[in-house]
Amino acid sequence: MSLVELTQVSKVYRSLTGGDYVAVRDFSLDIRTGEFFCLLGTSGCGKTTVLNMVAGFEAVSSGNLRLGGKPIAGPAADRGVVFQGDDSLYGWLSAQGNVEFGLRMRGIARREREEKARHYLELVGLKGQEHKHPSELSGGMKQRIQIARVLANEPQMLLMDEPFAALDAHTRADMQRELKRICAATGKTVLFITHDIDEAIILADRIGVMHAGPASKLKGIVPVTLSDTERERTHDRFVEVYRQVHEMIRDEVAISLQRAH
Amino acid sequence: MRAAVNGVGGYLVGFASLFLIWHMASTWLLSSVLFPTPWKVFLKAIELAQDGTLWEQASASLGRIASGFAGGSLIGIPVGLAIGSFRPVRRLLEPYTEFLRFIPATALITVAVIWFGIGEGSKIFLIIYTTVFIVIINTAAGVSAVAPNKIRAARSLGAGPGQIFFFVALPATVPYILTGMRLAMANSFVTIVAAELVAANNGLGRMIWDSRMYMLVDQIFVALLVLGLLGFTADRLFRWGIYTFAGRFSPVT
Ligand SMILES: Nc1ncnc2c1ncn2[C@@H]1O[C@H](COP(=O)(O)OP(=O)(O)OP(=O)(O)O)[C@@H](O)[C@H]1O
Ligand SMILES: [Mg+2]
Repeated sequence: MSLVELTQVSKVYRSLTGGDYVAVRDFSLDIRTGEFFCLLGTSGCGKTTVLNMVAGFEAVSSGNLRLGGKPIAGPAADRGVVFQGDDSLYGWLSAQGNVEFGLRMRGIARREREEKARHYLELVGLKGQEHKHPSELSGGMKQRIQIARVLANEPQMLLMDEPFAALDAHTRADMQRELKRICAATGKTVLFITHDIDEAIILADRIGVMHAGPASKLKGIVPVTLSDTERERTHDRFVEVYRQVHEMIRDEVAISLQRAH
Repeated sequence: MRAAVNGVGGYLVGFASLFLIWHMASTWLLSSVLFPTPWKVFLKAIELAQDGTLWEQASASLGRIASGFAGGSLIGIPVGLAIGSFRPVRRLLEPYTEFLRFIPATALITVAVIWFGIGEGSKIFLIIYTTVFIVIINTAAGVSAVAPNKIRAARSLGAGPGQIFFFVALPATVPYILTGMRLAMANSFVTIVAAELVAANNGLGRMIWDSRMYMLVDQIFVALLVLGLLGFTADRLFRWGIYTFAGRFSPVT
């Protein structure tokens, strides 16, 4: 069963100086309920654009976008978003306050939301930093506040835009493991954007590769049917999937570089 | 701590050099009764402080600034928030703000005196006037400068429009509001002197005017010095208050 259905979706950005930009054209994708879907593509190909439409931040210019069979009217608490970059954090709130924000807005009692926030802050490795404000934290720590803030709100679907890009290799591996565990335990549906093929193979049930922009769409989907033990960089089956994905993306990188010249 | 010492040390050196240059200029460059040395001015200031005139005039000016500044901010903040948040309100009010902010308060002194008399009313009106537009414009600009992702995050965390206004837009705008208030405070000092020069029974501006009539140049310089010091102190206090009570909301400068 699909949770999100994008059918022939196009997104045109109107520019004030004339010259509209077609970011994606005839983009089709079904994301199944409970699956972990990774979206890969060269920089500027339109990954964030797709995510923004699913989040309800941007309207589709044409085509059909449905969530649970119904058109998406706008953002809602059933879809939690981890943004690329950290300008979505609230600088006047502590880490704790940021993580509690959604629960507070939804009227959850203080005791419960404090507990939840502490739990998720600990989960992302920020125990003892609860009182600090975003300006006092590193880029990777801020990213983890964003992740804790979204997890604490317990949405049905996670939309994550390169959430681990600012983390060191070690923390990233930890976070990947935790995210996988949580999603498996709670049956969340995930749309996860990354540039890192390894990360995609470690996490995904399916990997979608996009064409280079403009007017991008999906080039193909690679199912990842590896067991947990096979999701190791050195495993033969891992390497096999890696080659497959790499081959698809390699040409697009070349095209996108050519277009830039 | 070290930064604080450095800061204070820097100020001391800065002020010392200011007085030194003043001293040299008045001793060698322009030696005249019309340009007193800092020392003469200082002695005069002590004299005026002892007989009470200085306090009386300074507090008259400060009182007007304080009440006008508070009133102007109280009007300006909500109006600025409304302009920044709601397009129709912007359309409706922008003609007023964009038109009136180019008419300086000093140009309205005569009108203010005709309307409100020579007493406190006209001065407070002028300070409110000079405060309100700067606060409005900065507040409205602050609302439009809120990062869209902050609003988006709030919406996908389940916040409604009212909650977004009070828990996201408003706190995100506070630094801009405070910056507007700081600028308005500086303007208030300019305006009050002009207003008192033209029409007032007391105040530092009036003191300058009276001194001119009797050629009391020293006294004029005392008033100037006190104005500079009061403005400087008011600004520091404002900043100190912000850093102490709302460190997260430091003004944008
Ligand atoms: N609000 C906007 N207005 C105009 N053009 C936009 C807007 N947002 C994105 N674009 C354009 O659409 C294209 C796709 O942008 P998008 O942010 O979706 O790329 P991306 O795949 O997420 O890239 P990256 O990997 O670098 O984050 C880019 O060429 C970008 O310039
Ligand atoms: Mg992006």
